[in-house]
Amino acid sequence: MSGVENVSRRRFLVGTGAAGGLVLGIWFLRSSRPAAPEAVAPALPSGPAFEPNVFVAISPDGTVTVVCHRSEMGQQVRTSMAQIIADELDADWSRVVVAQADGDEKYGSQNTDGSRSVRRNFSRLREAGASARAMLVSAAAAKWGVPASECEAGLHEVAHGASGRVLGYGDLAEAAASLEAPSPDDVVLKDPSTWRYIGKATAGVDVHEIVSGQGTFGMDVQLDGMKVAVVARPPVLFGRPARVESAAALAVPGVERVIELPALNPPAAFKPLGGVAVVANGTWAAIQGRRALDVTWNEGDNASYDSGPYAEALMKTARKKGRVVREAGNADEALRRADKVLTAEYYVPHLAQAPMEPPVATAHVTNEGAELWSSTQTPQVTRREVAGALGISESDVTIHVTLLGGGFGRKSKPDYSVEAALLSKEVGAPVKVVWTREDDLRNGYVHSVSAQHLEGGLDAEGRATAWLHRTVFPPIGSTFRNGMTLGGEGELSQGFVDNPFDIPNMRLENGEAPAHVRIGWLRAVANIYHAFAIQSFAHELAVAAGRDPKDMLLELIGPPRIIDLAALGVKYTNYGDPIDVYPVDAGRLANVVRVAADAANWGRALPEGRGLGIAAHRSFLSYVATVVEVEVSAAGDLTIPNAWVAIDAGTVVNPDTVRAQCEGGTVYGLSCALGQLTATEGVIDQANFDTYRVARIADAPRAIDVTIVPSTAPPAGVGEPPTPPMAPALCNAIFEATGKRIRRLPIADRLRA
Amino acid sequence: MRIKVNGKTHEFDGDPNMPLLWYLRDELGLTGTKFGCGAALCGACTIHRDGVAVRACVTPVSSVGDAEILTIEGLGAEGPHPLQEAWIEAGVPQCGYCQPGQIMQAASLLATHPDPTDEQIDQSMNGNICRCGAYVRIRAAIKATSGGTP
Repeated sequence: MSGVENVSRRRFLVGTGAAGGLVLGIWFLRSSRPAAPEAVAPALPSGPAFEPNVFVAISPDGTVTVVCHRSEMGQQVRTSMAQIIADELDADWSRVVVAQADGDEKYGSQNTDGSRSVRRNFSRLREAGASARAMLVSAAAAKWGVPASECEAGLHEVAHGASGRVLGYGDLAEAAASLEAPSPDDVVLKDPSTWRYIGKATAGVDVHEIVSGQGTFGMDVQLDGMKVAVVARPPVLFGRPARVESAAALAVPGVERVIELPALNPPAAFKPLGGVAVVANGTWAAIQGRRALDVTWNEGDNASYDSGPYAEALMKTARKKGRVVREAGNADEALRRADKVLTAEYYVPHLAQAPMEPPVATAHVTNEGAELWSSTQTPQVTRREVAGALGISESDVTIHVTLLGGGFGRKSKPDYSVEAALLSKEVGAPVKVVWTREDDLRNGYVHSVSAQHLEGGLDAEGRATAWLHRTVFPPIGSTFRNGMTLGGEGELSQGFVDNPFDIPNMRLENGEAPAHVRIGWLRAVANIYHAFAIQSFAHELAVAAGRDPKDMLLELIGPPRIIDLAALGVKYTNYGDPIDVYPVDAGRLANVVRVAADAANWGRALPEGRGLGIAAHRSFLSYVATVVEVEVSAAGDLTIPNAWVAIDAGTVVNPDTVRAQCEGGTVYGLSCALGQLTATEGVIDQANFDTYRVARIADAPRAIDVTIVPSTAPPAGVGEPPTPPMAPALCNAIFEATGKRIRRLPIADRLRA
Repeated sequence: MRIKVNGKTHEFDGDPNMPLLWYLRDELGLTGTKFGCGAALCGACTIHRDGVAVRACVTPVSSVGDAEILTIEGLGAEGPHPLQEAWIEAGVPQCGYCQPGQIMQAASLLATHPDPTDEQIDQSMNGNICRCGAYVRIRAAIKATSGGTP
């Protein structure tokens, strides 16, 4: 089952860089693991263990075009995907260009989420590059009439050592295009010691365009005859317009149409919220038109949602026994017999992804089909949803992926793209749907609010003997299925059931919580609140035991070992990856704790008002520890002079990107401790960055020191893992500096005297 | 009315209350100036008005008068600005959406404070949000440029 096909024979045209020339196309089919069902291309002759993959082209001028099938949202995936292929291809980096893939199942999953672009594509992209290299070598050998074994690929060329002959990749492209692809078993990967690009800090391929304002984000798409739509969406989920007065809106110069969108019925899923769209000849006119629109809403049942009382109800649920999802020993008995018992409750509010570029998509729907330019993390899901909403075939829908001005999970949901498609169809012209910041914050898919109750028991020596943890949150599943109130396996697998602590008596429970807003993914998802509670409570136990928090944390993590969750009867999803390849490794977690603590010179004396806090968490198969140094003034002003991050993400492709993600993920985690969305009568109270607080430069750590633990383990996640440890490390540091314990986020003005 | 943008004069006869942001983006096609909040709260739309950083999203076209407007496209028109080079060197951009605004704000800072302290950087740059959290590198890139900017 060869992974490489001759593209010209398949009449597959490259959109960028190689049109018109003869090309060597590598269309790779092999997968390192079975694809998720939705990712299997039904048209392929291969079995379910195979999925179509990436596309490489070499044109006669020697340009190597790599198609990036994942969405670029700041994680430099366009760079890392190209690094992997170019390395095994022995391509000259300066002659590699990256083309962005449209949404198409032939690439395998394109869902850019779950911190999995590198780890799910590493092996097959290496094999794709290596196959191409082998074909180029074969082509050269055939031209020279020598055995391929006497030829060797160098940098962008093949050489025959004995005769000293050399041919460039461009010169070989035509000949290679006529060759059969080698069998995957014959593909020889490079030894890691000879990697040219993998593991080397590499500048982002788009950085020049970005700094000169030339990058094309979804917001920047402009088409001839394009209209701009701004939508008045129901302020309360599942509300609908009772009365629409559109005269004033239509009177705004530039406003052309007022269009009611179909009402949304539960479950919300990926469907648009409904409401009333104002379509105009420009963005400003559309915004003005919506302002002039007068809509009276039937709010519906969710108008009962007040987040204040709701938080108290969640807390109450967390105090009661819930569904047991992991149990070892007898936590109740151990708590009764403990020398000291500690109880604490933690609360993390709703949060917004708030990417700098709000959701935006442009659609052009004609009788022939639909063409979209979307700032999306999920082009295939977008394609499916647009096709469904228009009642046309997916093959008649084209999704172009722009640069994303941040995603953080918000742009995994294609509701805004569907809005654009519906409106374009109605208007008969291209339509760009622009979400304002107010729309983004008030009508989003919010991060779940959560309440957690913990009880811990210590023996006379200050060792933890009992651990009871209950987590209660409205689940993401409620967005997709009516009446879901219990945490999903995925959420409970995010830092809850995989608790790494070596405590003999442990019981973990989950209680019910109904949702009244759309709940969605936000960078690191449930790990945010689970890490906050567990790592805060670990620090509280250390304080109660009179122990050094870092030493206590290491003792809680216990000896190096693989934590066998299956043996404990725990359902654990492990981020969709095999547990034998990516075990829960207490030793690696303890190691990052030591590395971060050493980097921070843990244990040193600090001046008055300063404190060090530490937290560690495994998520998306990576291990991260964060140490934060805070300074709290007498007036209660918080500054963060330093943070230290240690990450073990297995093999890393681009260390500079990993550093950047650790820096940025730390700041994102800080924002998780600063911001909150609240609701009154079902309406989100915050509408812009004046009331929804996010970290600014003066809030952020002045310096962030990142240590990447050298590893030859398989690559693990990078985009999300640095976020969860930040808020608990920060609040632990605040306690050390002030004696004030923050159990309820946001920190807000809690530090004021 | 006439508006000078990046050294070129344009005729404008639209809604005088329209923020400059939308004129630049929708009508002149200068999309390097970004929309992030529409309320001068995030800095993504930062441009220069006679060399001083302002938020285009709350600057009505009618208020521009004879002022020279400079956008990110104009900043490096005659070769990259030292800040743009420093941004590349430090690997500042992640998603990059806010970076034109960050660079315009930093250029305005350096014009008045060629060698800014950390506190001056905090004060000047605090209105520019980066949700990717590239702040450490933004600071480093500004410092790398300090003293060397025209």
